[in-house]
Amino acid sequence: MVPLSWYIFLSAALFSIGLYGVLARKNAIAILLGVELMLNAANINLVSFWRYGNNALMGGQVFAIIVFAVAAAEVAVGLALILSIYRSRNTIVADELDLMKW
Amino acid sequence: MTVDQVIFFLVGALILVSALMVVTTRNLIHAALWLIATLFGAAVLYATLDATFLAVVQVVVYIGAIAIMFIFAVMLTRRNMLDDASQTNPGWPWAAFIALATFAGLALLAGQMHNAGATQSELFADPLAALSQALISPEAYVLPFEVASVLLLAALVGAVYIANRK
Repeated sequence: MVPLSWYIFLSAALFSIGLYGVLARKNAIAILLGVELMLNAANINLVSFWRYGNNALMGGQVFAIIVFAVAAAEVAVGLALILSIYRSRNTIVADELDLMKW
Repeated sequence: MTVDQVIFFLVGALILVSALMVVTTRNLIHAALWLIATLFGAAVLYATLDATFLAVVQVVVYIGAIAIMFIFAVMLTRRNMLDDASQTNPGWPWAAFIALATFAGLALLAGQMHNAGATQSELFADPLAALSQALISPEAYVLPFEVASVLLLAALVGAVYIANRK
């Protein structure tokens, strides 16, 4: 049998890789890819705690479904913003989007 | 080593390697394709955890919709991102340090969990039937479920408006 801690370690590693992607990448789309990795790490955690805990309570799976919906909303709005910025400023490098920086 | 553990190690290696490729490849199309591999590995993990509905939703929604949307966005904005310029910020060693410190902290906390060695308990009921009842039952999670659908609708209308602006 696979103990619970293996899933937790795997999702911690996946979360850290996603965090590195968010912090280190220049391209705004690549930053969103990192966010997706972090959301998936959280989902693996939720589902494994549901399975290893009291699995008559469906909260873990329901929360994972809501995370799916939030991830879809986040990607839709984020990519729309990136496309809009690309049209007006012709770049999606996060460093160069300093219009509101003084 | 049981079959479960072998499957877990194979899938875990697939997830971690492809996640590393997502954050390190230069070409964003390749990064999006590696993200699909990561998401597929997560779907296999859901299947091993008896969350069959989530495994299917992961493939249909994440791989079928979200990853494809990423590929479209990359194709619509790819000019001047495939050049020789660095794909990472100048401060990327700090980012790597923060990520490693986060992993160390999380691993430390996970190692102290009192139920770290827990094994999978017996399933009380059919998880799919229980999940569907939890999603529509007023005593359970019907309100968060409906709020999520309103959020999704609002986000999609907003996305169309933002991307369509002339």
